Amino acid sequence: MGYTLNFAAVWRSFDQLLEGLALSLGLAFISILIGALFGLLVAFALIAKSGWVQRPAATYVTIIRNLPILVLVLFAYFALPQMGVRLGKIESFVAVLSIYSGAYLAEVFRAGLLSIPKGLTEAGLAIGLTPLQIRVSIIAPLMFRNVLPSLSSTVISLFKDTSLAAAIAVPELTFEARKINVESFRVIETWIVASGLYVATCSVLAALMRVAERRLAVPR
Amino acid sequence: MSKVLLEIQGLRKQYGTVEVLKGVDCTMREGEVISIIGSSGSGKTTMLRCINMLEEFQGGHIRLEGEEIGYEHSGSSRKRKSEKDIARQRALTGMAFQQFNLFPHMTAAHNVMLGLVKVKKMSRDEARAVAEKWLDRVGLASRADHYPGQLSGGQQQRVAIARAIAMSPRLMLFDEVTSALDPELVGEVLQVIKGLAADGMSMLLVTHEMRFAYEVSSRVIFMNQGVICEEGDPKEMFVRPKTERLAEFLKTSSFN
Repeated sequence: MGYTLNFAAVWRSFDQLLEGLALSLGLAFISILIGALFGLLVAFALIAKSGWVQRPAATYVTIIRNLPILVLVLFAYFALPQMGVRLGKIESFVAVLSIYSGAYLAEVFRAGLLSIPKGLTEAGLAIGLTPLQIRVSIIAPLMFRNVLPSLSSTVISLFKDTSLAAAIAVPELTFEARKINVESFRVIETWIVASGLYVATCSVLAALMRVAERRLAVPR
Repeated sequence: MSKVLLEIQGLRKQYGTVEVLKGVDCTMREGEVISIIGSSGSGKTTMLRCINMLEEFQGGHIRLEGEEIGYEHSGSSRKRKSEKDIARQRALTGMAFQQFNLFPHMTAAHNVMLGLVKVKKMSRDEARAVAEKWLDRVGLASRADHYPGQLSGGQQQRVAIARAIAMSPRLMLFDEVTSALDPELVGEVLQVIKGLAADGMSMLLVTHEMRFAYEVSSRVIFMNQGVICEEGDPKEMFVRPKTERLAEFLKTSSFN
């Protein structure tokens, strides 16, 4: 192969890649935060006895989980304005990733909720706590600890989904890499470096989640 | 005679088509210690759980210090009280469970403090002081900052009793609190309950510990197939049962 690797062009634009990565992380952080709060409410709805509460939540999860996120991204950015809802690129993507992560996190949380013994709720009721107080002080904290191991892969997956924002020209990591690729013609080098940044970031995220898991573990 | 604390009239409860309680009547006075005995499926635990609305019931009345528990009655119709009202009523009774049900992510002290802070609206310092006092009473002052997973079954059950009693309930409900314990740990829990009885705490205990029921109770209720079959002074009942059923039950139980 007559190709010599030359990273000079990529290093010259490395700052752009880092800015892109920072934006990727920012998009993921805000979306997952909103998605987690929303997903928690949906998870409680999913295990509700009342069909009026349970069914809309189940419908939401089914629809979102059966749509490719790229379709959602394009729909929100191109189709919604036609229907009178005009959002900026970033706002539109954050909205999509929040709704998308909400559905996935709701499923993760639901599994965590089901593993909490009913007796703990009864113990809470017996000392006079209201159902809401029990959810806030007992169920949610325990559920969160239960799901931390599976939360890690969901969070990493959602972080990687930020690359789809490139499709609507949000200047995150993948978008910046494509720009450098086009400007420098250093195709292999650009994507090697971009890939390295994704892998490194995901590894750090996974390590952070493991630390959280250890520190929050219920002592025994 | 002390005043009436708890009044149960015609209590009926069914799961689907199965009737578990078929009209239970019972009056309890302040300071009484009543043991409820009977074979499994006789409805004793269900009756206990109706008193703090962990179970809904379909008929009859439960009154605690004259206040109707769980339902509003108007004429012949009844409706469940609001969640807030029921929570307030539940705080009037304390309950200890067979499986302890301690909150595993909180230390012993925090388990006791939770209700004090959230329900009684105490400051954290006040609640901590009350929690320490009661943990000391159950012999666990040195374990205040341990998590449930770091305690033995007997210690966990004593924390659970401290958690209930710290709320200063008018009535304590004990639901087979020694059934899940290793035999060598039963004594320490019964000791705590005896101490509370000596303090004059009103208590209803569902138990399989016949010897304990005999020693500590001022009255024993024998339940069979969803009704109270026989009740009276344990010194009398255990020695000279009036009904065949009770005689049968005592023969198969661990008493003697």
